[in-house]
Amino acid sequence: MVSGLINENPTVYERKERRVRTDSSNTDEFTVEPIDQLEIFDILFCSICTYSIVDIRDPEHPYSLEQLKVLTEDSVEVDDGKSYVRVTFTPTVEHCSMATIIGLSVRVKLMRSLPPRYKIDIRVAPGSHATEAAQS
Amino acid sequence: MDLMEKNLELLEVQKLEGHTDRVWNVSWNPVSSHAHGTLPILASCSGDNTVRIWEQSSLSRSWTCKTVLEETHTRTVRSCAWSPSGKLLATASFDGTTAIWEDLGDEFDCISTLEGHENEVKSVSWNAAGSYLATCSRDKSVWIWEVLGGNEFDCAAVLNGHTQDVKMVQWHPTMDVLFSCSYDNTIKVWWSEDDDGDFQCVQTLDESSNGHSSTVWAISFNATGDKMVTCSDDLTLKIWMADISMMHSGEGYAPWTHLCTLSGYHDRTIFSTHWSSDDIIASGAGDDAIRLFVDSKHDSANGPSYNLLLKKEKAHEMDINSVQWSPSKENRLLASASDDGMVKIWQLETKL
Repeated sequence: MVSGLINENPTVYERKERRVRTDSSNTDEFTVEPIDQLEIFDILFCSICTYSIVDIRDPEHPYSLEQLKVLTEDSVEVDDGKSYVRVTFTPTVEHCSMATIIGLSVRVKLMRSLPPRYKIDIRVAPGSHATEAAQS
Repeated sequence: MDLMEKNLELLEVQKLEGHTDRVWNVSWNPVSSHAHGTLPILASCSGDNTVRIWEQSSLSRSWTCKTVLEETHTRTVRSCAWSPSGKLLATASFDGTTAIWEDLGDEFDCISTLEGHENEVKSVSWNAAGSYLATCSRDKSVWIWEVLGGNEFDCAAVLNGHTQDVKMVQWHPTMDVLFSCSYDNTIKVWWSEDDDGDFQCVQTLDESSNGHSSTVWAISFNATGDKMVTCSDDLTLKIWMADISMMHSGEGYAPWTHLCTLSGYHDRTIFSTHWSSDDIIASGAGDDAIRLFVDSKHDSANGPSYNLLLKKEKAHEMDINSVQWSPSKENRLLASASDDGMVKIWQLETKL
């Protein structure tokens, strides 16, 4: 077990205002709306659950993954037509021991929220983590 | 008859529905699927804790579920394998046990339960003579069981060596040599030199032997047993060979060497591969597709090479866990199992 904090002085960002979806002109309740980047991010930010992935507090600091920019909207690449989503997260330090847990939590959250046809790829942002290959 | 010249396609014969969870494995009965005059039988096992036996009707030619083996395993049934005689079916489960079932015609009777593994059993395999059974588990061990008469099974060996979850065990088609592959990226070969039941690891195929760089999911041998194909999370299929005539003549162990790597054909984990009796290699992957490969018959300085014969995209709606060629020589039937809960029967034929 590592004694002492892994990242003593993390860079903390402003919590972004959630982008509100504007009313679409299509009010047909049977229309299938393709899943897009915002929806994936909302899944990760879901406030209906008792906790949301990006609100996970780093045990060392009272900041969430969103505030530490570990996960942002741009972290998400989605192609509904191909049933494919890729989430790339950026640990704050190179040898973050939480990286495997974060990766698994994101994967499980998406697997439970998305239709079974989806292929899910979770990646650590290139160059940001020592055990990058082990995460995928 | 060069297969590459023919315009071949993989046609879906039938979709077998019934399982209520992902289907992990399929196994063709070696006797009934083969012998003239009897109908092919297929076993499938699933995350719904059951095993289903499917039979083709002689009248309608369609497949129906003949029996469901339930109320025995308390968790996912991960693998099933028929004995060479076709009379027994072994089923390996996440509940840590391997059940042996006898086909009594109208029903199946569970005649024995093999216990010993500490956690999920991943695979089960019978040797060619039906005298040994092998199982492997997430507990990193491989167990060999001796098949005694009177429904008795005795643990003959507990083999340690893998450093991670063992995904599959497969006996060699003609010799009592056991192969296992694992999450530790290696393939291990186990052999009892003096044939006294004392199995040892005689070879490990790892990255230094030109082996895989990630989890190895499956192993399959060609009919003569001088070549094998392995598939991996590293997105490649690897072909290996050995001088088995050397082993048959008692000159000691003949090591396996890497022959060729098929890369660039898959972009997701390859979970299953099977070598047909007429030399077509099938693969089932995480991109829901089935691919077929054949020897190009153009040996180069680097050895033989293989060509993609065809790719069946969206063969299933989710990851394919198992592909198995029927042992029948009359037609090229392929069975596939997927996370989507379906078993599908395919026929490889020339396009009209």
